[in-house]
This record gives sequence, structure tokens and C-alpha cells, in this order.
Amino acid sequence: MADSYYDPKDLRKFGKITEWSENLGTKFFDYYGEVFKEGALTAREKSLIALAVAHTEKCPYCIDAYTKDGLQKGITKEEMMEAVHVGAAIKSGAALVHGVQMMNKHDKLSM
Amino acid sequence: MATKSLQAKGKDLAIANKQLEILNGGIFADGELPYFKDNIAKIGHFPLRPKKLEILQINVGYMCNQVCEHCHVDAGPDRKEIMTRETMQQCLEVIKNTGAHTLDLTGGAPEMNPNFRWFVEEAAKAGIKDFIVRSNLTIIRANKKYYDLPDFFKKHNVHVISSMPHYTRGKTDKQRGDGVFDKSIKALQELNERGYGMPGSDLRLDLVYNPSGAYLPGDQMALQADFKKALKEDFNIDFHNLFAITNLPIARFLDYLIASENYEDYMYALVEAYNPSAVANVMCTNTISISWDGWLYDCDFNQMLDLKVASKVKHIKDYNEDILNDRNIIISQHCYGCTAGSGSSCQGTVA
Repeated sequence: MADSYYDPKDLRKFGKITEWSENLGTKFFDYYGEVFKEGALTAREKSLIALAVAHTEKCPYCIDAYTKDGLQKGITKEEMMEAVHVGAAIKSGAALVHGVQMMNKHDKLSM
Repeated sequence: MATKSLQAKGKDLAIANKQLEILNGGIFADGELPYFKDNIAKIGHFPLRPKKLEILQINVGYMCNQVCEHCHVDAGPDRKEIMTRETMQQCLEVIKNTGAHTLDLTGGAPEMNPNFRWFVEEAAKAGIKDFIVRSNLTIIRANKKYYDLPDFFKKHNVHVISSMPHYTRGKTDKQRGDGVFDKSIKALQELNERGYGMPGSDLRLDLVYNPSGAYLPGDQMALQADFKKALKEDFNIDFHNLFAITNLPIARFLDYLIASENYEDYMYALVEAYNPSAVANVMCTNTISISWDGWLYDCDFNQMLDLKVASKVKHIKDYNEDILNDRNIIISQHCYGCTAGSGSSCQGTVA
């Protein structure tokens, strides 16, 4: 056993999850591969969305994978950082919009 | 940014055997990753054998005006290995009689060889179908004596293939040195002015893209579309094709991978992306590489690893196409670079 929860080398082993449940693992990776193919959105656009979500999910494996994927697709660091800010803005917005709930409650409880 | 070759710095990795020790040892020797030989044996391609010879690639010297971080040649201004006119004469005899349809001059910066123009003029007379010069673009703007290169190329109907790591200044200069981007743009515009790279033009201008770091190139067609759009919109530049080339883990790129602690991850990425259908078309199956001093190799990468062809004929002075074509191609783990994803060669993807 590793003595930390996250090991960068574990990302290489991701495909092995199929070994313990072939049917579900195969279905997942087929689906995953299909999602990231060129479609109504370009593979490039999907890579940037994935990078933004990787940050909001705080998934270190996904951040490594989609930073590399972005470089492979010729995406610049400025584009990557803007995508991260989009994710961060939604996260902060999602927190802040609850301020309305606080205001509603405050007003309801106050005379 | 590098300023000197590994050789000038006296680094271990300037020695071919030291590179081969790394490529054959470590994660491959301990069984973590499979040897290239074992993978191609599974699909009946070991030993790897040549098909019909199509391309003669001549490296006219390792001297270059640039010192790119990723250079597999370890080229630079300090390299003194330059093909002599005598060896060029021997090459010309071969060019006149070869069955190959493509002649591919590379370096270093081939234009820095003092006999470069004479050699091009003589070689052009042989009437070979596709005559390529791999020009790094900045050489055209490096010195007044090179300013007329676009006209010279046009006069001899040379097919120009040039490196362009990215369509943004930052990424280009990081890999190739400050000012490289602006000079390259200017050189491309000058080539366009002569008709090079224009839609429908017979004056062929292709670009080579290779990643500026420890990652593989993305889809060649998608990158080509991005390059075409950006270079056209920003600089009104046209070109024909973009070749996406994988960096092979040798020489300066290997040094970079090790120093940046990316070597293992990069080899994993190459092996994971191994594509059996690329094996049949790897460039060593249709190419002979000739070094500045006339030795023969399966490819330019094997040349840098000093792995001469496994044939009775090892030197241009003894050249015999039939004997040469009856050989086993020498492979090692760097070969995974040519079979990753859509495959990679000096002409771009192969699968």
C-alpha cells in the first residue's frame, strides 16, 4: 500500500479497473472515448471543458491528464488558465448565490 | 534555452552508447515496459525489413544557427561535422542511379554547408521527383548571404519543409530561442511572395510541428487546421501541409526528459500509444539515411545513435541498393516514437 491517497503513477493504472469488472469497465471506457470524439463540439473545446471541470472537481489525475491533453492539442497556457477561471467563477458563483438564501432567511426572521 | 550542444558541454549523453544504455535499461530491462522488439514480434514484423527504397535522406552536417531544446541531432553553431565536396560527389553518383523518388537534405542547417548550393544545383540535374530541403526558416534571415535562399530554392524547384513549433511567439521562442518566431514569420512571408505554399502552387512549402515538451503531438489534421487559421488570420501566411512529428527520446530531448524527471512518464506515454498498424509504414522501411561522413543508417535517429546499417554495404563509397535493401533494420526503444498514435516520420503521420 502507498502511504498517501494520491500517487501520480496510479493514473497509468486507470485502465486496470476493468480487470475487476470487465463489463462495467469496458462500458465506461467506451462511453468516455465516445464523449471526447470530435462532435458538435470540437475535441479542443471538450478538452478545455474537461480541464475546467477537473479543477472544480479538484481531481489531481484529471488536472494532469487534461493539461497534457491541452498541450498535445496546441492549446496555449492562456487558454488553459481562462478555462480554469471559468470553472472557478462557477464555483464561487455557486457559493455566492446562496447569499440570497441567507438574505431571505434573515429578512423572514427579522422584525 | 540551450546555447551549446551536449557535445560542447562534454555531457555524457553526447555519447551514443550512453543513450543506448538508458534506452535499453531501466524500466525496459526490469520488465515494467516491453521492449520494442517484443511488441513488433507479436505482429510478425521482427526482424523489421525494408520495403522498396523511396527516400534518400542526406544529412550534410550538424552545424546549425539554432540550438533547439529538443534537437535529436544535438546540432548547433559549435558542431563542426560538415559533409565535404568529395562525399557529396559520392552522393551525387548514388542520386543519379537510385530507384528512390525523393531526395531529402537535412542537417543541422543544411544551408550552412559551404558546398550546399553547388550540391543542390548538381543534385537538381538528376531530375529526382521530389527534392526536399529541410530549412529551419531563421537561416534565411540569419545573414545577408542567405537572403536570396527563397529565390535559390524556387530556381531549383526545391520542396521546402520547415519547422514551426507553434503559431504563437511564446511557445516557438521557448523551444527554439528568442526572436525565432518573428524571423520564421518573415521567412514564411518571403517564401509566400515567391509562390511557395500558395493554394494550387507547385512550389511546395510544408511545416513541421513537434511538441515543445514532454508530450505527444495531437491529431495532425486538427493541428494543421489550427495552424492554417492562425497563420492566415494573423500574418496572411499560406502553407500546404503540416507534419506532426513525435520527439524521439534521444540526444538533447533525452537529456531534457531526464533532467525534468519526465523520462519514465514519456516512455510510458509512447508505449501506451503504440499502434501496431503504424509499424508497417515506419520510415526506416523506405528510407536510407546518409551521414555527413558518408556512413549509411536506417534513419536519421539511428545515425545520431551511431547505429550503422546491418549490411555489408555501410558507406556511400560502396553503395549498392540491392544489397542494402536485403538487411534487417536496427531497432531500440526510441523506435516507439515512430509508432505512437498515428505514427511519426519525417513526412508526418504514417498510420
